[in-house]
Amino acid sequence: MITANFLLAGVGGQGTLLASDIVAEVGLCIGADVKKSDVHGMSQRGGAVTSHVRWGERVASPLCEKGAVDYFVAQEMLEALRWIEFVRPGGTLLLSDQRIVPVSTVYGTDQYPPDNHMILTFKQVAGKVVMIEAQKTAEELGNPRVANSVLLGALSAQLAVPEADWLAVIESRVPQKHVEVNRQAFFIGRERSHLI
Amino acid sequence: MRQLLSGNEAIARGAWESGVDVATAYPGTPSTEILENVAHYADIYAEWSANEKVALDLAIGAAYAGKRAMAAMKHVGLNVASESLFYSSYTGVNAGLVIITADDPGLHSSQNEQDNRHYARFAKVPMLEPSDSQEAKEMVGAALDLSEQFDTPVLLRTTTRTSHAKSIVEVGDRRPASRRPYQKNPQKFVMIPGFAKHRHPVVEERMVNLAEYAYACPLNRIELGDPSLGIVSSGPSYQYAREVFPDASFLKLGLVWPLSKKLIAEFAAKVKRLVVVEELDPFFEENIRMLGLPVEGKNIFPMVDEFTPEVVHHAAYTAGLIGQPPVEYVLAKGALPNRPPVLCAGCGHRDVFWLLHKMKLTVNSDIGCYALGVMPPLNATDTIGCMGASIGVASGMRRGELKGPNVAVIGDSTFFHSGLSALASVVYNQTPVTTIIVDNRTTGMTGHQGNPGSGLTVQRDMHLRVDIEAVVRGMGVEEVATVESRDLDGFEAAVRRAIESHKPAVVIAKTPCVFVTSYAREAFQVVEEECNGCTLCFRIGCPAIHKSDVMDEQHNRPKAWIDPLACVGCGLCFDVCARQAILEGALKAQSTLTTQIA
Repeated sequence: MITANFLLAGVGGQGTLLASDIVAEVGLCIGADVKKSDVHGMSQRGGAVTSHVRWGERVASPLCEKGAVDYFVAQEMLEALRWIEFVRPGGTLLLSDQRIVPVSTVYGTDQYPPDNHMILTFKQVAGKVVMIEAQKTAEELGNPRVANSVLLGALSAQLAVPEADWLAVIESRVPQKHVEVNRQAFFIGRERSHLI
Repeated sequence: MRQLLSGNEAIARGAWESGVDVATAYPGTPSTEILENVAHYADIYAEWSANEKVALDLAIGAAYAGKRAMAAMKHVGLNVASESLFYSSYTGVNAGLVIITADDPGLHSSQNEQDNRHYARFAKVPMLEPSDSQEAKEMVGAALDLSEQFDTPVLLRTTTRTSHAKSIVEVGDRRPASRRPYQKNPQKFVMIPGFAKHRHPVVEERMVNLAEYAYACPLNRIELGDPSLGIVSSGPSYQYAREVFPDASFLKLGLVWPLSKKLIAEFAAKVKRLVVVEELDPFFEENIRMLGLPVEGKNIFPMVDEFTPEVVHHAAYTAGLIGQPPVEYVLAKGALPNRPPVLCAGCGHRDVFWLLHKMKLTVNSDIGCYALGVMPPLNATDTIGCMGASIGVASGMRRGELKGPNVAVIGDSTFFHSGLSALASVVYNQTPVTTIIVDNRTTGMTGHQGNPGSGLTVQRDMHLRVDIEAVVRGMGVEEVATVESRDLDGFEAAVRRAIESHKPAVVIAKTPCVFVTSYAREAFQVVEEECNGCTLCFRIGCPAIHKSDVMDEQHNRPKAWIDPLACVGCGLCFDVCARQAILEGALKAQSTLTTQIA
């Protein structure tokens, strides 16, 4: 039985909830007890979204405790920084290099933090930081919406779960006509993510 | 079969499996998905009622008539429906009636953190509280059985966490309930003083019987572990406590009202230290203390905000209940830019609050997406209280001789929910107040449900649309204007005329919701040579408008840039730009439009 705590974070519209549904369903596939909980504010679009997924023999809390996440999948750099304390000492951060600038930096004085500062902070917490060009890969595949499948592919490479289980769940959750491009995205993520 | 379901999905499943025939609700986070999921079952009649009180009255009527019924609402919705909760406690039911109250500790999307366990005690009805989706499903059936056994409505309380978290549920088949024929019985169902007086002792006796039942109720259980620490808990707090105190003894309550004195005393006798872990108010703690038992709770755990595993862990460690400290990092993150909720790109409410801010009016607003008009950079709103409060508060500010003009702002769904009676009062008393009804043809914030103004029902039928202008005129408002919010000049003139009439006045602003309509134009663009970075368009707070990497060299400030993927072509930036530095998007082909707006 794999016991694992996952945190997924992104910005409203990036498909964080769908990605976390897929991680939860994969847990169900391998026979784990699974709980999942989303945390998001009121906004329809553009707000910070996190989703907690837990696999185990018997899971009580649907939320991961801060400092206890094994795998943190961040779909956006600033959101990775916002929630980095959830990662357990030495845990794994899978990071999409995408940057989505918040509106508050437009009309206010807020500044988007510089990359080098963010990456140093990630390395203070996580034992392993895996950088993924998810958005660029998705655009090369001709469908910006498959960035999530690239990330899920990268996550799958970290876990001893049959590839077929991941693919079965992804295929059940995306429209038929997009299955092939999501498969391609998944495999690229699984094979090409690299440590930094 | 095992499925991964949210608490709300599980409640809907539980209603179907337990033979519910009638289900009602008014949308409200975190309860909304309950009725949306019930609506998929063709053998249940489901409706969005105009407000929670109507929803509960309808469910009560269905139960009187002999069909199992459910009404679902958020915690503050039960305030609206509370009068019906109280009379139904006296009348009892016939067929089972379960009322779902979804509380919102942490105010994810609410105006307060009220703890609705108090309603069970206040209205003298039983309350169940699940701690995961499997329990949520089962407790719907248990609540209906209890309702019929003890002739009482039963409250089922969730919180945002149980409503939205997903866990594994073993699903079953529908067990149709047999109809319990209605028999006329005014002494039971008519709450005039002479009859109600005789119902009160029945209610008191029922609660005594229920407290006796609570002792052996299978929804309450003692889990004996290390006797040095005994935890009393329920709901999601129980799950966090289970992780933080893996070895402790537990009294896990599923029937959270009434409490069994005998059960609690037995548990207390088995443990050395009795500690309650409960979110929000010290509800169990105070009731246990009244039994004369030494108990701790709010001296250790916070009274405000939602619990999380780290909140419970931190408090338990600080109090010395456990030795393992929580993980703490010391990171130099600096102040991070937030992503506060913002009106969507193209939202028609942005036109409204841009204008009201510009006109420097006092704004008494209401509950809905348009509550975001208070946020920077629009900063337009002065007051928001609860559903329907805008018109009354605005009237009171007039009667209180507020210096300068004010307006009430209320959405279409909120107007039908509880604005109607307030507006009738304005007409009746001839209060010279202007009400702006922002009509986006949907109940936006909870996820675009239908309402009486849109005619779309939860079971996807298209019924008559209640015409807001006809309603307002029918009430006797003489100063009525209907305008498009995108026509800023026409809108401003209408608001000015309404205020200057010094009469009861209504301006109906058609404010498109980008989720139900689309604009005629493609994304707009900034003409780089013309833009001098004046920031005027930044101040409409549109999430599609960004600072460009290109600087205006004369003023040394960034020019504007419009994200072509985020812009939906509304044109407010075009309207506010003083330098004609924004280029309109091309007209879309007709075939790509759903409901076209100008």
